[in-house]
Amino acid sequence: MRYFLLIYALVVGIVVAIAGCRGSLSRKPPIEVFPDMDRQLKLRPQQPNGFFPNGISSQPPVPGTIRRSLPIQTLSGPVYPFEDAPVNTGRWPGVTNFVELNPLAVSGALLRRGQERFGIYCAPCHGPAGDGNGVTRKLGMAVVANLHDPRIVEMPDGEIFHVISHGRNLMQGYAAQIPVEDRWAIVAYVRVLQRSWLGSLEDLPLHLRQSLERQP
Amino acid sequence: MNRLPLMILVGLLLVGGGVVAGVWYYFTPKYTRVGYQPLQPVAFSHKVHVDQLGLDCRYCHHDVERAWFSNIPASSTCMNCHNQVLKDDPRLALVRESVATGRPIPWVQVHKVPDYVYFNHAVHVNRGVSCVECHGRVDQMDEVYHAKPLSMAFCLDCHRDPASFLRPLDKVTDLAWRWSVDPAEHARQQRTQGRWLMEHWRVESLQNCSACHR
Ligand code: HEC
Ligand code: HEC
Ligand code: HEC
Ligand code: HEC
Ligand code: HEC
Ligand code: HEC
Repeated sequence: MRYFLLIYALVVGIVVAIAGCRGSLSRKPPIEVFPDMDRQLKLRPQQPNGFFPNGISSQPPVPGTIRRSLPIQTLSGPVYPFEDAPVNTGRWPGVTNFVELNPLAVSGALLRRGQERFGIYCAPCHGPAGDGNGVTRKLGMAVVANLHDPRIVEMPDGEIFHVISHGRNLMQGYAAQIPVEDRWAIVAYVRVLQRSWLGSLEDLPLHLRQSLERQP
Repeated sequence: MNRLPLMILVGLLLVGGGVVAGVWYYFTPKYTRVGYQPLQPVAFSHKVHVDQLGLDCRYCHHDVERAWFSNIPASSTCMNCHNQVLKDDPRLALVRESVATGRPIPWVQVHKVPDYVYFNHAVHVNRGVSCVECHGRVDQMDEVYHAKPLSMAFCLDCHRDPASFLRPLDKVTDLAWRWSVDPAEHARQQRTQGRWLMEHWRVESLQNCSACHR
């Protein structure tokens, strides 16, 4: 019996020593005992795949591909994402002039959406107030535009849309990350930020102005 | 008195108990998956980018609220900043090469449900289920590891009672967020507010097999 207990303790000790405990970090992939149903012959996004010559399963769409989608509701009626219209390009059709005004109906909901999206996609560099003092400024990004620069305040809405979509100089485009409607929502919110920067005390409604004036 | 039968009985109980305990402890995703931390080709740190820089998850994983699938960012996303920050750092050599050649960075996938399970990120994220419930505190990880078992029991624990996990939509990517710093107050708020959110959004408690196996 003594020998049995000794061997038993030894086996338990060895198993625990080899297998460790739950939750310990490991570089080894999880064991799949019967992987045949777990891993089926199907495409998963962003996985390597030998079928295509470049070995990628998420193939970039063929040039000219039109995604199935709902039209975008603009002030001048519904527009499909493939049409050459101001809402998709920021320019008047056929010419290179930027549109002056946001083609979407600017509402409170759009501005709130723009505020949220600006916080996600622009604030890291341009800062939450758009003054170019985002976190990355201190960590090595020397040139970040101040969105309150008079040149940018005077830019047409379409040009800001174009900068978001395709980038400019050191800023890269965000067309892949941000859908068209959200880009216009951000443009509208950038206008809000600029307005708040340029505004004077007289612009505030009376009760807000009084509460500000009461402060020393 | 012959003690042999007793000793055999004790021995069998010990062996049997040991095997059962071992299977119970080890043959579960809580052991096989949790803690899986593959070596990634680029030493990308969520702690630096999320916790220190304050980036939102959706800056990089931008499809997470639009698709079933949460994308790994393209290397051009990294270049938004790294064309200026750490421009010539050797740790980012692979990223620059990937952008120049168009060959993707071979990131190793950490979380992976079996192919017979239907999973959808957008459904969860747009219903106030935070990343932290299924991925743990990614914002504190230098290297991502598998923090939750993602077994069927794990999914069902929440699907049976979503009210104890829901939170406001704008807090979904804020992994440290609590209703209140005080744990008791947090639990109380979670119960009342969670139930309210569940009714408000008409969240169902999905337990039928065809919800996840279709
Ligand atoms: C990765 C950092 C980064 C992010 C994120 C970013 N920008 Fe920029 N942005 C820059 C830099 C850097 C410049 C200056 C470019 C230059 O002049 O070389 C700039 C310039 C601009 C300009 C001025 C362009 C001009 O003509 O000078 C506008 C407008 C602008 N950004 C808007 C935005 C908006 C809107 C967003 C959010 C969708 C955004 N940016 C996100 C880095 C960023
Ligand atoms: C700067 C871009 C960036 C940001 C911001 C970011 N991630 Fe990631 N994430 C990545 C990259 C690149 C990978 C792949 C490399 C890796 O696994 O470390 C990744 C991997 C992951 C994985 C593991 C994926 C797998 O293979 O299973 C999870 C989970 C994840 N991120 C969650 C989050 C969460 C939650 C947040 C927000 C708190 C976040 N990420 C913010 C870039 C980012
Ligand atoms: C919003 C801008 C931004 C984006 C986008 C970004 N980074 Fe960074 N990253 C930084 C900054 C700023 C630092 C420098 C931190 C410091 O100096 O402490 C950094 C540091 C790093 C480092 C050094 C890590 C360390 O431990 O100091 C690596 C590696 C890195 N990034 C990889 C990536 C990869 C890969 C991506 C794309 C998935 C990416 N970054 C996207 C801003 C960014
Ligand atoms: C309800 C649970 C759940 C929630 C909430 C959740 N995820 Fe996931 N996530 C998963 C599962 C399951 C997988 C594995 C999917 C697969 O098999 O491809 C995964 C995979 C991922 C991956 C890796 C995708 C790949 O193929 O490499 C990333 C990145 C990711 N999640 C990011 C996020 C982010 C960011 C959030 C929050 C906005 C989030 N997840 C919220 C369960 C969840
Ligand atoms: C923390 C809570 C939570 C966890 C964990 C969770 N879910 Fe969910 N799941 C939800 C909620 C909430 C919904 C939304 C139900 C609704 O819209 O009525 C949902 C919906 C779904 C749906 C959508 C069904 C449909 O008909 O569209 C699927 C599929 C699903 N979950 C699969 C999973 C899987 C697989 C896992 C485990 C990897 C998982 N869930 C883990 C909370 C969770
Ligand atoms: C909330 C989502 C969800 C629901 C509902 C669900 N499952 Fe699952 N099921 C899963 C996940 C996730 C896995 C994969 C578990 C793993 O890989 O560890 C799984 C795995 C399984 C497996 C394989 C187990 C194994 O270890 O090989 C079976 C069999 C199964 N489910 C049957 C069912 C049946 C029967 C029902 C209905 C009563 C059901 N499931 C409902 C999510 C779900």
